[in-house]
Amino acid sequence: MAGHASGDLVLSGVSRVYDTFTAVDNIDLVIPQGSFFALLGPSGCGKTTTLRMVAGLEQPTAGTISIGDHDITATKPYQRNVNTVFQNYALFPHLDILDNVAFGLRQRGVKDWKPKAMEALELVELAHVAKKKPTQLSGGMQQRVALARAVVNRPDVLLLDEPLGALDLKLRRQMQIELKRIQQEVGLTFVHVTHDQEEAMTMADTIAVMNAGKLQQVGDPGTLYEKPESTFAANFLGQSNLLRATVKGVSAEIASLDVHGIPMTVPAASLPGGASELWLGIRPEKVRIISEGTEAAGLNTLRGEVTDVSFLGVATQYLIAMPWGRELTVVQQNDGMPRAALGSNVCLGWVPANSFVLDASQDADAGAQLVEDE
Amino acid sequence: MAVTTLTGAPVAAPRRARRGAAVPYLLLVPGLLWLVVFFVVPMVSLASQSLQTGDVDNGYTMTWNFATYADALSTYWPQLLRSLIYAGIATLLTLALGYPLAWFIAHRSGRYKNFLLVLVIAPFFTSFLIRTLAWQTILGDSGLLAQIALRTHTDFLLTGFKEGLKAVGLINNDQLLFSPFAVICGLTYNFLPFMVLPLYSNLERLDHRLVEAAGDLYASPVQAFRRVIWPLSLPGVVAGTLLTFIPAAGDYINSVLLGSTRTVMIGQVIDAQFLRVLDYPTAAALSFILMLIIVAFVITYVRRAGTEELV
Amino acid sequence: MAWLRRNLVIIVGILVMIYILLPNLVVIIFSFNKPLGRYNYQWNEFSFDAWTNVCGVPGMCQSVGLSLQIGLIASLTAAVLGTMVAFALGRYRFRGRSGTNLLIFLPMATPEVVMGSSLLTLFIAMGIPTGRTTILIAHIMFCLSFVVVTVKARVASLDPRLEQAAADLYANEFQTFRKVTLPLVLPGIAAGTLLAFSLSFDDYIITNFNASPESVTFPMYVWGAAQRGTPVQINVIGTVMFLGALAVVVIGQVVSSRRNRKVA
Repeated sequence: MAGHASGDLVLSGVSRVYDTFTAVDNIDLVIPQGSFFALLGPSGCGKTTTLRMVAGLEQPTAGTISIGDHDITATKPYQRNVNTVFQNYALFPHLDILDNVAFGLRQRGVKDWKPKAMEALELVELAHVAKKKPTQLSGGMQQRVALARAVVNRPDVLLLDEPLGALDLKLRRQMQIELKRIQQEVGLTFVHVTHDQEEAMTMADTIAVMNAGKLQQVGDPGTLYEKPESTFAANFLGQSNLLRATVKGVSAEIASLDVHGIPMTVPAASLPGGASELWLGIRPEKVRIISEGTEAAGLNTLRGEVTDVSFLGVATQYLIAMPWGRELTVVQQNDGMPRAALGSNVCLGWVPANSFVLDASQDADAGAQLVEDE
Repeated sequence: MAVTTLTGAPVAAPRRARRGAAVPYLLLVPGLLWLVVFFVVPMVSLASQSLQTGDVDNGYTMTWNFATYADALSTYWPQLLRSLIYAGIATLLTLALGYPLAWFIAHRSGRYKNFLLVLVIAPFFTSFLIRTLAWQTILGDSGLLAQIALRTHTDFLLTGFKEGLKAVGLINNDQLLFSPFAVICGLTYNFLPFMVLPLYSNLERLDHRLVEAAGDLYASPVQAFRRVIWPLSLPGVVAGTLLTFIPAAGDYINSVLLGSTRTVMIGQVIDAQFLRVLDYPTAAALSFILMLIIVAFVITYVRRAGTEELV
Repeated sequence: MAWLRRNLVIIVGILVMIYILLPNLVVIIFSFNKPLGRYNYQWNEFSFDAWTNVCGVPGMCQSVGLSLQIGLIASLTAAVLGTMVAFALGRYRFRGRSGTNLLIFLPMATPEVVMGSSLLTLFIAMGIPTGRTTILIAHIMFCLSFVVVTVKARVASLDPRLEQAAADLYANEFQTFRKVTLPLVLPGIAAGTLLAFSLSFDDYIITNFNASPESVTFPMYVWGAAQRGTPVQINVIGTVMFLGALAVVVIGQVVSSRRNRKVA
């Protein structure tokens, strides 16, 4: 089975309804073969349910799931060429590491299971603990065993359910790089479920942002970050400043906006069709604090008072109170320039092309609190 | 319950010895003294009694008379063997019946879980003897079972069942009561909760994700049971079988109330020798032999099963 | 067929439950019987006779009284001794711990007939006449282990940080024990005592070895009656015990769940 051409994982119209609660709501998704795909969203958004439906541990109430042109919707988990790295690893406590890794191979009657399992253990650099029991291993090692146990079967799709959630920060960073290396080495399709936006952006080629059972946006990490299409995506992936804006006029290249009486511009192409009430979004690190009188032409500028200064090491984060009451977050690299003092009045500016605009009918805080909760 | 003994929470590593190293010993002394004087010393006394000669009227003297053991064994080996066989069959039956019930309560009973557990334990609190006597009412020739079969016109099922039992020698004539079948049925019934509770407390802790993981790794439900669920439930199985087998081997209430002269078990012999025949050395020797068999059984069984959770 | 396969475990489970409960049901039903002869094995006629005249059979109510008395004294004594041992085992590391554990475990792994007969040989050898006292001694002995095991599980599951928190909040060792440890372990002690009581009340084999004709407990009475013909009143006692136990357990459950709800 190893290495046979399997094709893309396709979910079409997939829903999962429990009694009155819709966990997954009519999802259409194509996950290209060989890609590292992340399903990102807050807890309870339906991402794990989606994953479990792909694994066969849960049945969709509507829609179909197929790999290539093979419909797997109705097949049992043990009939699918799909393997999972479970959230808390689910290593069999009564079997040693080698037997854990070899479980799937032996189940399918693979003759040379031993060398194959050892090879998988070497891939995760754990060949030396083959005879130990799972409880004798550290969390990071257990995680790698769980990965080896899944990878060794060369599944069409490998599912990872918050695989790094139980590890501490440092180990998590290390494993992110490790996972990416292994994915590139074995070339399997990885579908990774996580609530950690940084983890998703570090590892995945493509990210699907989910909220309340629905797909919000699918794209590569750069596009999702620079051009979010919803306030949820804007807030859930990194921080955003959202300013209320009204469209005043549109030319071929530039749209002029009114933000609390201050004129600003954005590229006309970025306007969402039809809406005249907008959220103008700008990421904190895109905003510069500029000295009086050096405003360059073409920048959008604002004035405000510094109400908080937090030193983050690599950067400094400011909260700047706007005349209309709201605070903007601004992050400046610690590049040796003097820091703005608490209570001082400063001028802020950014390049119009670095901002994004969203339809104002959405809640400006969607997704923001969720990040705090995690 | 007895159950906690064998399966119970792993004993947390005892915390620091506090100042005053005498405290634990002071706490232990009364209880342990009681056990030493009224459990250990009687065992020694039993062993010693079995090697003495004499009679009730003239008293006994220690003569290291090992011949008592040989005599007791050669006379009563059929009853001893029968006890072990009946207890063994009853243990296997409790396992076969108790496993599905424990699984049902642990994983499929939803909000009735506590209620069902209470119903499993509740019979414990009613007299063992009265409940065993109830089986006379159930199995008797014109008892409940026969009545039900008659009223529902399913007596052909009962007849078939009897023919089956007769074929394997568990009943001798057409009577269900006063037969090996009735004794084994009673033993199974009486010790079933001892099997269900440790199995339940083990199965309840089973991590469902392990079963899912087995399915994910190409194991069908049957294979997942054989390779994951069953091995993980072994501590519960070991505890349950011990808790069933040991008391069942020594029990004679079931064989007296539900059996006949052809189902006499070793407990019955010991009781009669002690209290009616008044042959104390033989009775003590038989008692000691039973104890040795049980200890040997427990040790080899626990070693084989490889569970150190016991004791 | 698929339905059957999916629900097989439920069907088997329910059948086994019936097997477990059927005798209790029979006991209850036959407590309302009015048998023709001395044997209460066949249904004859519905009647409250046995219920309105529970003590109408000679000796039975005395035997119940003796069993209650022995059960009460034995279970309370075993509870005190057993709780002390459980604390020593659950709280302290000391020499002889594994030996102590073995000594606690052994009585539970010994067939009753062996325990009963060995105690009898001791009493015979020492010339102690059997009777109420010897029954009590035996009952406390076999109840002890069950109390230790039940309470020990509770002590071991106690979060040590709770006691540390109490000490941090100015409670000395005695106050900590009285205000934190004991209330938390109390349900375990109660369960152990209840178990001990039911074991004592129900024991026949060990009791029979160490009793005298003057000290007839309820199980001994039933045993004797089984040979001569069982009065319906025995079923009344059996029914009361079953329903009483059920009530105690249900009330216990309700109380503890209500307490939990209050906390939550």
